[in-house]
Amino acid sequence: MSLSITSECINCWACAPVCPSTAILVSPEGLFSIGATACTECDGAHADPQCASICPVEGAILDAAGAPINPPGSLTGIPPEKLQAAREEIAAR
Amino acid sequence: MELPILNREQTPAGGCSKSACGTTTDQMTHLPEAIREKVHNHPCYSEEAHHHYARMHVAVAPACNIQCHYCNRKYDCANESRPGVVSELLSPTQAAKKVLAVASQIPQMTVLGVAGPGDPLANPERTFETFEEIAAKAPDIKLCLSTNGLNLPDNVDRIAALNVDHVTITINCVDPEVGAEIYPWIFWNNRRIRGAKGAKILIRQQQKGLEMLVERGILVKVNSVMIPGVNDAHLKEVSKIVKQKGAFLHNVMPLIAEAEHGTFYGVMGQRSPTASDLQALQDDCSGDMNMMRHCRQCRADAVGLLGEDRGQEFTMDKIEHMEIDFEAAMVKRKQVHDGIEAMRAERKTAQETAQETAPEAILPQGCRPALLAVASKGSGLVNEHFGHAREFLIYEASPAEVRFMGARKVPAYCTGAMECGDGETALDVILDTLSDCEGVISAKVGIDPWAQLEAAGIQPYGEYAMEPIEDAVRAVYGEMIKSGRLESTDAMISQAG
Repeated sequence: MSLSITSECINCWACAPVCPSTAILVSPEGLFSIGATACTECDGAHADPQCASICPVEGAILDAAGAPINPPGSLTGIPPEKLQAAREEIAAR
Repeated sequence: MELPILNREQTPAGGCSKSACGTTTDQMTHLPEAIREKVHNHPCYSEEAHHHYARMHVAVAPACNIQCHYCNRKYDCANESRPGVVSELLSPTQAAKKVLAVASQIPQMTVLGVAGPGDPLANPERTFETFEEIAAKAPDIKLCLSTNGLNLPDNVDRIAALNVDHVTITINCVDPEVGAEIYPWIFWNNRRIRGAKGAKILIRQQQKGLEMLVERGILVKVNSVMIPGVNDAHLKEVSKIVKQKGAFLHNVMPLIAEAEHGTFYGVMGQRSPTASDLQALQDDCSGDMNMMRHCRQCRADAVGLLGEDRGQEFTMDKIEHMEIDFEAAMVKRKQVHDGIEAMRAERKTAQETAQETAPEAILPQGCRPALLAVASKGSGLVNEHFGHAREFLIYEASPAEVRFMGARKVPAYCTGAMECGDGETALDVILDTLSDCEGVISAKVGIDPWAQLEAAGIQPYGEYAMEPIEDAVRAVYGEMIKSGRLESTDAMISQAG
């Protein structure tokens, strides 16, 4: 079982030092991923998966079932419909 | 450590204390010698130094351990200037290389700061490795860092050991309930902690870190973001408390919030304070605390004098091709610094002489103060063309003194033939930005903007090119008095009442 990182990732490095299993991988281009065999989902080490607990980007980290651990609105507090409306307003300018 | 208050409360109009009469309030005069020495060539800690010396930030610290509602970590745009935004993340080795390149190309660069784009102390290894490399190679550069404070207590000893003697802590509140409106979460003890509970921990760590730094004789500046309706009324209390705990300088900055930044405040339509809101709060706090008014809220990879950003000249691919003779550069740096110091000393002597020889009553008492805008590109001189100015320095002149009130950014009116079509709208923005000013002093002003400035009640002054700013402001204020533009203080008070 392993968590995974999506293309929403902004490469901010926050997850790398807090991972207890050194499962966070960085490609030569600076893109982040999770090594599936190394990742333990922090089972036995911490109450919450560490990468998902420090990650600032909603939707960037998925659980083993592929669902976002931090869904839209959960980190910024911005209601998703409000964000959508702001995006549309900017695009219409 | 109890520090004296530097920015005195506004001098009662018409009053004139002998020591300040006719001079700019000298921020540094009342400080112990050791501190004056420390801030003398630090552009962010000394208002006067910021005309002469440059700083740079290296973006080595990407990770953050808290979320602030005014920050969006996704954003990266070279054309945008605000804290937390960078174009290129650097390794400590790349950062050291960049610092040496800038140190040789911009010899007046005296300060290196690590300020993000995340939190330097959420990336302690990268931050401290950068400092170690620079301390070894360029020991004349001052090291500085800016933090949210969460991991500060754990890192204070390392900060002290590396001779990092200027630390900025961003403290937006001392009340967890206010904090809950600013910080949605923090990462602490392996958990994401939300709301007031998280804010309480953050505030505790910030206060403890501040005390520990002060105990070690490290100068602490406190930054606060002014968020109307959230913490604006609360910041006076913050100012009082951080002063009690020994912070040296308080920098209240306006919130930057636009929907396109994708921040909580931007998207939710939180308003930013106006220049006069900000000024009023700074004045309110200044009774208790020494206030910084020359902050430009620069990027975490900014390079140059505070009003400019030369970061694009020092991208890593450009640095790779630069040939740097650092020994020669160190000699040049020394010469340039000596030259700046000689000029500063000369100007100070000239000012003191003028003060001693000029009769005290050169400016009639009882005239109300006036705001004047100045175009400058550095060295403390009126040396920028009105049409090229990207910012105006705002001064308040009164019979007693000339006070610096802050810098206001504007779009350049004349950006070259290609964009001249935009000149009119840019001028409208400038007129609006300077609407509370009664004059604008620049090296030169074109005929068109001259007429429009006059029509807007802002008198242009073009005859003080290359004069020291304070002298020019004082002279213009004298002209205004002579021409009868300034009614008496009494009239002003009865109007206000």
